[in-house]
Amino acid sequence: MAIRIHKTDYLALVAQAQDGLPQEVCGLIAGQRQGDDQSGDLIIEKIYPLTNVDASPEHFSLEPREQLAAVKDMRARGLRPLGNYHSHPATPARPSAEDIRLALDPAATYLILSLAGAAPVLKAFHIESGQVREEVLTVDEYL
Amino acid sequence: MNLVIAGQTKEYPEGLTVSRLIEAEKVATPQYVSVSLNDEFVKSGDFGSTVLREGDSVEFLYFMGGGG
Repeated sequence: MAIRIHKTDYLALVAQAQDGLPQEVCGLIAGQRQGDDQSGDLIIEKIYPLTNVDASPEHFSLEPREQLAAVKDMRARGLRPLGNYHSHPATPARPSAEDIRLALDPAATYLILSLAGAAPVLKAFHIESGQVREEVLTVDEYL
Repeated sequence: MNLVIAGQTKEYPEGLTVSRLIEAEKVATPQYVSVSLNDEFVKSGDFGSTVLREGDSVEFLYFMGGGG
């Protein structure tokens, strides 16, 4: 099973993260699972950039009213909530201790975009009961 | 009475409070959940005293946050 994101959405994430420097940026991802069984790829069909109410280079929290509006929009569009994303302006694309502690939804995919290096790095993680597993993530021209 | 929970209509007895609904819906880690009632967020301290009414729309939102 892989997480697939369209190149346009990937570039939008990178632009949001770069525009938001030095703060972390965040948002939600929504889409569908390909096929009928649980092994199908997860296709990200829409990203929802949300305000980081922490306005911090080291922390993020989604703005609740925007989160509510995004969830309703997903439902109206027939999209499934897939998880969230946030940026790491100066650290690698791996969950911090706080990311792991606050990963409350084992069904979610957690995307982390690092701007620490010369080029952006986007990775996807499954986090459950404190255990982190990196998932296969592809950036596709066509979905 | 009918309530709309996360977009789905469900039947619950009259007099149900937000606290009881959280239990009935088996909301996991409720300490990290915000509740919106008809698009207004309910303070967690008011969960036990907020009585739901026919047609109310309720959403449970998990806190999402972290740090780099």
